[in-house]
Amino acid sequence: MMFLLGFTSAVLLLCLFFIIRLYIVVKTGAKYKPGTKGRVTVLVVAGSGGHTTEILHLLQCMSAAYTPRHYVIADTDRMSEEKICTFESLKQQSDSQFTICRIPRSREVHQSWSSSVVSTLNALRYSLPLVFRLRPDMVLCNGPGTCIPLCVAGLLLGILGIKKVLIVYAESICRVQTLSLTGKILYPVSDYFFVQWSSLRDKYPKSIFLGRMV
Amino acid sequence: MKTVFVTVGTTSFDELIESITSSEATQALKARGYEHLVLQVGRGSVFPAADSCPHIRLEAFRFKNSIAEDISQADLVISHAGAGSCLEALGAGKSLLVVVNDKLMDNHQLELAKQLHIDSHLLYCTCSTLTETLRTMDLSVLQPFPPGQPKKFADFMDKALGIK
Repeated sequence: MMFLLGFTSAVLLLCLFFIIRLYIVVKTGAKYKPGTKGRVTVLVVAGSGGHTTEILHLLQCMSAAYTPRHYVIADTDRMSEEKICTFESLKQQSDSQFTICRIPRSREVHQSWSSSVVSTLNALRYSLPLVFRLRPDMVLCNGPGTCIPLCVAGLLLGILGIKKVLIVYAESICRVQTLSLTGKILYPVSDYFFVQWSSLRDKYPKSIFLGRMV
Repeated sequence: MKTVFVTVGTTSFDELIESITSSEATQALKARGYEHLVLQVGRGSVFPAADSCPHIRLEAFRFKNSIAEDISQADLVISHAGAGSCLEALGAGKSLLVVVNDKLMDNHQLELAKQLHIDSHLLYCTCSTLTETLRTMDLSVLQPFPPGQPKKFADFMDKALGIK
């Protein structure tokens, strides 16, 4: 009985620790300026269905300070790799470095909720070692399901006190009135959350609206 | 020769291909001075033969790596409501008529097409109103579509992260 009680309180304490740490990690995001120390390592989450095209648009004007760029794509995505390579070859920055990593897809279009949870957990198995190895300063993403496990891994680095990873989310131009499912999940834990229509800014006060970015 | 380019993107939209190649629709196009119709039919099961329309010169293909050239050569683009197709046509500065597939319910891509219609960047109809729209549409009401500003995003991030 005593053992069970001890075990339960240990689990509860651990949960409480995680929640408090998560709160602190998310709260301190705005003050964290990795750019003052030099280069910013970026983990870019690409994805089919327009996500890759949109995120490359966003990267287009970002300077060489955002180096290296680690692109993550789902293993079933065939189109994105070519787009990324074309984009990077056009950037023509002499000291520019980038890599492309693949992880299992966390959600296919039309996949059911329950099986999405299972496949997201599976994707997390691959995301954790990837993010722990790369230790990016920021994760830049705009909505494909692959975002979730990668952002969770980034948050975990912060929770464990290893490194603060900024979560930068830019909602797709397609979203005018409602956030995507990924957007809704990441809204509370992201450090910078961009929307591209004023109607969304009005509904989500934490969001940043700079007009149409792509 | 004035050209119309019809695109259905990566999916299929047989109803649009059937409607635009109907004799009423091609006559309406002809009456507006369009003489050349290029169709990108995607995975659709309707693939019109080149000689199937007596009023107009017709070409059809399923997919290309890039439809940028077809868009640039067109005077009018008729597209499904897909965001990629809409943004590509508007980005090229073309007059755009979006035909909504009303058999696809709850398609979140419609959100963007509807908003762009409210902002007068494109015209909007369904297959059943296509011929009527082609007859009566006024392309002069369309407003130019300014390019998006990724520079603002980059500047914001530079400042937020302390990059000089």
